[in-house]
Amino acid sequence: MLAIVDYGVGNLFSLCSSLKSLDKAAIVTSDPEKIRAAERIILPGVGAFGDAAEKLRKSGLDTLVREEAASGKPLLGICLGMQLLFEKSYEFGEHPGLGLLRGSIIPMKGTIPEALKIPQMGWNSLIIKRSHPLLRDVKEGDCVYFVHSYYAADCEDSLIVSCDYGRELTAAVAQGNVMGCQFHPEKSGKVGLSILKAFCEVEV
Amino acid sequence: MLKKRIIPCLDVRNGRVVKGVNFEGLNDVSDPVELASFYSDDGADELVFYDITASVEGRRLFTDCLRAVAEHIFIPLTVGGGINTIEDFDRVLKCGADKVSVNSGAIRNPALIEEAAKKYGSQCVVLSADVKRVDGGFRVFSHGGRVDTGLDAIEWIRRGINLGAGEVVLNSIDTDGVKKGFDLEMLQAIRVEVPVVASGGAGGISSFVELFREVPSVDAGLAASIFHFGEVRIPALKQTLAENGIPVRRV
Repeated sequence: MLAIVDYGVGNLFSLCSSLKSLDKAAIVTSDPEKIRAAERIILPGVGAFGDAAEKLRKSGLDTLVREEAASGKPLLGICLGMQLLFEKSYEFGEHPGLGLLRGSIIPMKGTIPEALKIPQMGWNSLIIKRSHPLLRDVKEGDCVYFVHSYYAADCEDSLIVSCDYGRELTAAVAQGNVMGCQFHPEKSGKVGLSILKAFCEVEV
Repeated sequence: MLKKRIIPCLDVRNGRVVKGVNFEGLNDVSDPVELASFYSDDGADELVFYDITASVEGRRLFTDCLRAVAEHIFIPLTVGGGINTIEDFDRVLKCGADKVSVNSGAIRNPALIEEAAKKYGSQCVVLSADVKRVDGGFRVFSHGGRVDTGLDAIEWIRRGINLGAGEVVLNSIDTDGVKKGFDLEMLQAIRVEVPVVASGGAGGISSFVELFREVPSVDAGLAASIFHFGEVRIPALKQTLAENGIPVRRV
């Protein structure tokens, strides 16, 4: 069983449907017992970092996710959920994250060419930096769907995939049992489904 | 590099697709799920479902059909038609829509854009505008392009973005249905900082090549009938775009 952490942000319809289409059992829950009992955890999220981090803290799920990650359980953060894995974010101020990965979340504004639109919205091709079981069915140049205005920086230790949007931006990260993708695998067609499937089957 | 998106638009009435695609291998040309998976497999980057129903019962059938599509198709889905209140946003987002496009509803009540953007995020709110040339300017029309609102298109679109719209669909009434190409002049006039989807006038593969070459600020091309009647198949379209140096996603 896989637990999708429900802390009141984002629309989980597509994520649940995509896992169902892969025949992977998943529950959306905020119940600590169910999260502890799950074999794997997905941390989803859309919206603003500060808001989401605050909701995680208030519900006590931040500590729980940290403990579960420390126990070696596979954890996948998606979009804002990936950003939350890092030490801190500079989105509207400075906010601490879960600190499971080294690095921080910074704005595209001012760091990419001015002619490019923000958010990066749409399909971009992947540049594989390091092979990883999550990418077992992903080829260099495969496209996935992004919607974001901030990105993870100073995260060389965990960077496995980037994409080119005026500069190389972090697209996916992994370090031990902690993994994350900036893009939406549940909206990225067959490539995205293959990544979700790999996460459900990965041995770390 | 970010790819230019190709977006087929499907009109849905009472839960069935109007003007269904007629291709070999498709059993039911008006079944939304079958059609959506056909386009998704062919390489569509996104799908727009346009609800042309007026009745309450039709609305329910539309959300049923949307839910069925979203359970099987894993590319972005945009929903438009009959979006007048924040409850309408809620209704379609719960059924798996990723983006919601507002048109007449936002003209009547521009605060809807702001309210929806605050609640669901700008990435979710698409401002769709039907625009026609009047007295040398670009004018916004409502009610499916029938009523002149008197609003200047450039000002209206800018206002919508300031209120929180995260994407703009610009549909030219002047080129719509003419099949002689997108309205390049109109698209060039609308320069904004959010993604722009061109709509109205696609007549064949060359229309898309011309669009992305002449107006590099446009992010996506939307069309309906040329896809539905098989005049343009997406793999061939993307092949030609790639040969012309336009970045596209291949499946």
